[in-house]
Amino acid sequence: MPKKLTAAIVGSGNIGTDLLYKLQRSELIEPRWMIGVDPDSEGLKRAKDLGLEASHEGVDWLLAQPELPDFLFEATSAYVYRANAPRYREAGIKAIDLTPAALGPYVVPAANMDANLEADDINLVTCGGQATIPIVHAITSVVTVKYSEIVASVSSKSAGPGTRDNIDEFTRTTSKGIEVVGGAERGKAIIILNPADPPPLMRNTVFCSIPEDADRDAIAASITKRVDEVAQYVPGYRMRGAPQFDDPSDVMGGMARVAVFLEVEGAGDFFPPYAGNLDIMTAAAARVGDALAAVRLGV
Amino acid sequence: MAVPPTVLKPYSSELDLRVTDSSLRDGSHAKRHQFTLEHVVDIVTALDDAGVPVIEVTHGDGLGGSSFNYGFSHTPELDLLRAAVKTAKRAKIAFLMLPGLGTKDDIRAAQDAGGQICRIATHCTEADVSRQHFGLARELGLETVGFLMMSHSTTPEELARQGRIMVDAGCQCVYVVDSAGALIMEQTYDRVAALVAEFGNEAQVGFHGHENLGMGIANSVYAARAGAQQIDGSTRRFGAGAGNTPVEGFVAVCSKLGVKTGIDVRKIIDAAEDVVRPVMDDECLLDRLSLTMGYAGVYSSFLKHADRLSKRYDVSGAELLIRAGERKLVGGQEDQLIDIALEIVAERS
Repeated sequence: MPKKLTAAIVGSGNIGTDLLYKLQRSELIEPRWMIGVDPDSEGLKRAKDLGLEASHEGVDWLLAQPELPDFLFEATSAYVYRANAPRYREAGIKAIDLTPAALGPYVVPAANMDANLEADDINLVTCGGQATIPIVHAITSVVTVKYSEIVASVSSKSAGPGTRDNIDEFTRTTSKGIEVVGGAERGKAIIILNPADPPPLMRNTVFCSIPEDADRDAIAASITKRVDEVAQYVPGYRMRGAPQFDDPSDVMGGMARVAVFLEVEGAGDFFPPYAGNLDIMTAAAARVGDALAAVRLGV
Repeated sequence: MAVPPTVLKPYSSELDLRVTDSSLRDGSHAKRHQFTLEHVVDIVTALDDAGVPVIEVTHGDGLGGSSFNYGFSHTPELDLLRAAVKTAKRAKIAFLMLPGLGTKDDIRAAQDAGGQICRIATHCTEADVSRQHFGLARELGLETVGFLMMSHSTTPEELARQGRIMVDAGCQCVYVVDSAGALIMEQTYDRVAALVAEFGNEAQVGFHGHENLGMGIANSVYAARAGAQQIDGSTRRFGAGAGNTPVEGFVAVCSKLGVKTGIDVRKIIDAAEDVVRPVMDDECLLDRLSLTMGYAGVYSSFLKHADRLSKRYDVSGAELLIRAGERKLVGGQEDQLIDIALEIVAERS
């Protein structure tokens, strides 16, 4: 078996724990450390059971270890990550950031994976961004998109206090990602929390303006191909029905439109399957980690 | 069932209740967001003259609502807001925003346009997404109102817990919002009463009714009897679904009951007929689709979308709405109506 690169997970909450299970399956990464701040953390217990070195003494503990990780995954909060990031840089540890801090460039595996792998830290936009930006990108690779809008519906149970306190950051970061990574001239993001019980799977709708005379078959083919690419690292990612095309009208702002309906069923690693929004973030993180490792290991 | 006790709490020394007219916000749904500056000037002039104390002006889905998902505005909502502010001599101008769609920047822009009352809406069990927005609105010196949408879908106790979150964040009046027009009298009373008991004198309680079961005025009277101090309506019912509580009807009823609203009954009756009706494309009716919404507990602004999609995909609009109810869709999930239409089409083939 080839040598694996070592990784630490900082943040032993739900996201960090789910990510741990995904990294366990990686052929290129060995998750060796898990760091939290709560001695009673369920995530730290699970990490120890799986043979990781786990500590509740935070980043200070990690940076004091004789051996440092090749890279780390940050699953704390934007606030904590902003404080931690300079210390990682000083220690020469590359970071994959799952918080909305957005310090480093955005990476969405099925859209711009290779563009920013060299950055000191890589930001994964938002769950809604991971679910929709690949599709926006698939459309902008065929036609010019003046305006793109996404609607992410997540179950209330899967939206933690971070999302709830920072809902403006979600819309702002996702909108920017639609433009910067997706390639739309203007982006807009909407998030809806639905408390239905049993909790519904994460749903995403992508709307893009398209030229009136666009080759609709080519757009549909590009979308379908991209859905398959995302599904390679997020197995529960799928399109519902075919892309829908509409001619311009007043309520559509005079624009022709394509609409794509997506569903994300989580892998059920640590979160229940309805939390596709959380699953797609950890799946994207693991995918980026593997890509980084492949470059470093030259495989 | 016994008539519940009346605990009318006067709004001020002059008004027993403060009425907010939402024709130029909720009516935006019925108008498919195609309001012009002229419409705003005409309606605000008439309502202001009749003594309506608060007039709400925004895209139907709140600030930032102009979109593929909800329908693009004919005229930018901030232009509409500025026109309303410029036109009103006495009335305060309110605006609506929904966290997850609008942002704090939108609140700042609406205040810059002259909006004085910031109304922030969340689904009735998700109040905590509004904390940062109430905080900002109060910091900016705006009057604040909170909307607990789809209030029929949870218990009075849970509504009181959610209302408390808004009040602690800076909300000055929490509304029981019957977005689906699904509440029936005592159910309204119990919800308003639970909020009144929770807040005491810390914050007011309001009620926003729809006509999808024909209960707008009756529910509003029950809300007032339970201690609500602010009531929403739309002149001529100009709003989503079968429309909102008709302001002119409610004001007439209040007058009969000796409840002071400060609104001139004759003038508002004339405004409804002579000014608001001509702006409307159609009357807001209790027809098959809107009654289905009240019956199935579906968000009222889905109406025009369901109507359009039923033609686009040749499916039953009522079937679309029933399934929206079964899926427990909440306000804002208009995109999922297309998904339902595709599902019905797929089942057919």
